[in-house]
Amino acid sequence: MTRAIPGVTAAATTDLPVLLSHRALYAAPSEIGFSRWLANLPPWAPFMLVAVAVLWPLTAMAQGTGYTTADALDALWRWMPFLIFSGFVFTIIISFMTMAIGTVLGVFLGLGQNSPNRLIAKASWFVTQVFRNSPWLVILFIVMLSFPFEFEIGGVVIPVPDWMKAVIGLSLPVMANISEIVRGAVNSVPTAQWEASESLAFSRRQTLFRIILPQCYKRMIPPWMNWYAILTMATPIVSILGVEEVLNLTRQAIEAEDNHPELLIPFYSFVLIIFFIYSYPIARLTVRLEQRFAVKL
Amino acid sequence: MTWTPDQPIISLKAVHKSFGQLEVLKGISFDVMKGEVICIIGPSGSGKSTLIRCINALNDIQSGSITVEGQEVNDPGLDKLELRKKVGMVFQQYNLFPHKTALENVMMAPILVLKQDKVEVEERARKLMAKVRLEDKVDAYPGELSGGQQQRVAIARSLAMNPDIMLFDEVTSALDPETVKEVLVTIKDLAAEGMTCILVTHEMGFAREIADHIYFTDRGVIVEHGPPATFFAEAKDPRTREFLSQIL
Repeated sequence: MTRAIPGVTAAATTDLPVLLSHRALYAAPSEIGFSRWLANLPPWAPFMLVAVAVLWPLTAMAQGTGYTTADALDALWRWMPFLIFSGFVFTIIISFMTMAIGTVLGVFLGLGQNSPNRLIAKASWFVTQVFRNSPWLVILFIVMLSFPFEFEIGGVVIPVPDWMKAVIGLSLPVMANISEIVRGAVNSVPTAQWEASESLAFSRRQTLFRIILPQCYKRMIPPWMNWYAILTMATPIVSILGVEEVLNLTRQAIEAEDNHPELLIPFYSFVLIIFFIYSYPIARLTVRLEQRFAVKL
Repeated sequence: MTWTPDQPIISLKAVHKSFGQLEVLKGISFDVMKGEVICIIGPSGSGKSTLIRCINALNDIQSGSITVEGQEVNDPGLDKLELRKKVGMVFQQYNLFPHKTALENVMMAPILVLKQDKVEVEERARKLMAKVRLEDKVDAYPGELSGGQQQRVAIARSLAMNPDIMLFDEVTSALDPETVKEVLVTIKDLAAEGMTCILVTHEMGFAREIADHIYFTDRGVIVEHGPPATFFAEAKDPRTREFLSQIL
């Protein structure tokens, strides 16, 4: 009986079952599954796909209304700076703010899940589960429709623009997922570390912040970055609510160009490509960091 | 009640401890005087480790009484942090903090818990590292040290708190035979300086040499005890004799 053993080049021959490499029937889903998928794409693939999609209509050009793909690409070229600097930059701002709010809330919630106070732990768990498992669009609608459009604090009126509500709405599911990352990372530190610092008369707070968290922040970075990539890819849903990010502006640009059907594929493909160009390096970095931290631990 | 050094520094009376249905300690009583070295021996699962973990309140007990310097440990209002400042503990698996160097491991608790001056603590920490013969490893991370070296850092880390009592929980069980000796020498030095020590150990030769009193536990009770000379030579209980015959 022969079976390949990882790291051993020569074919291994054995009849002893204990020497056969174990075939795992189940592997836990990766914490950074999305980034791993994205990072493993050949970088030319999306461009290839888009090129085919854009060039395909050229062959069928003759039957059109006279508006050609070349005209569409020309229009795209004119709109490009606007779509990038007004649209995509705003998308990135939304993703940064969402991530910042989601991370701060998520860290508190994650630590809350590990609280020795049963009530805090249960409540944190519940909030985490609710926002982790609800459809993002539903959460977004609820926040959008239930939040006031302005606050009044001590006579000062603070307006809450739609995009700010969108940030709050998106940060809730992000918060819930960061909460799980923090909970998992804290639990991954052996309980012996808790006991050792307890026996040295550290308080629980000192143990958590001086001993436990410093040991697990490295573990948290790759899944945290993975969630940033997922979030960035998800930001276009806020266009449904009228926030003027890249997808919304693209639709408006197409309308301004008289809604020629030939515009659709070049314009939306362009949006796809900028998302890819932005997220791909992040995914590569995430996978690299995960491998590095996994070896060092 | 104030404690005076002529009273037992640690006193256990009818200590019962269970984990759910499983009763681990079934009425343990003994006294330890200041400066005494006590060894607890017995087969695996006899509750030895649980017993010493109860002394610094890492485990709570169901009934009975444990007093440390006159202070009741089995008291819901107990200030555990105050108790643990007096009672140092060293673990089988060393449990050093892997993100800190050896010296930082030793310095952390006095600075953060006792709020002592950093310069003064560092000076003391370096002396302790020299005492456990690791002055050349102060800047090494735990991952770069051998098991025996890590365990000696762990001892220095506990000593940095200036405890009155040291608990050793099978501190040599995870070590290579060659490195066991270096750890035992360190403990012996400590005992010679008059530190009150309670050791859970499987090193019978060491127990015989160092202990003032030996307790043999089995299935949650103290079966037999005595000073090493009489304990090893004249064990009466069949369980003790069987255990000793297997191990010696």
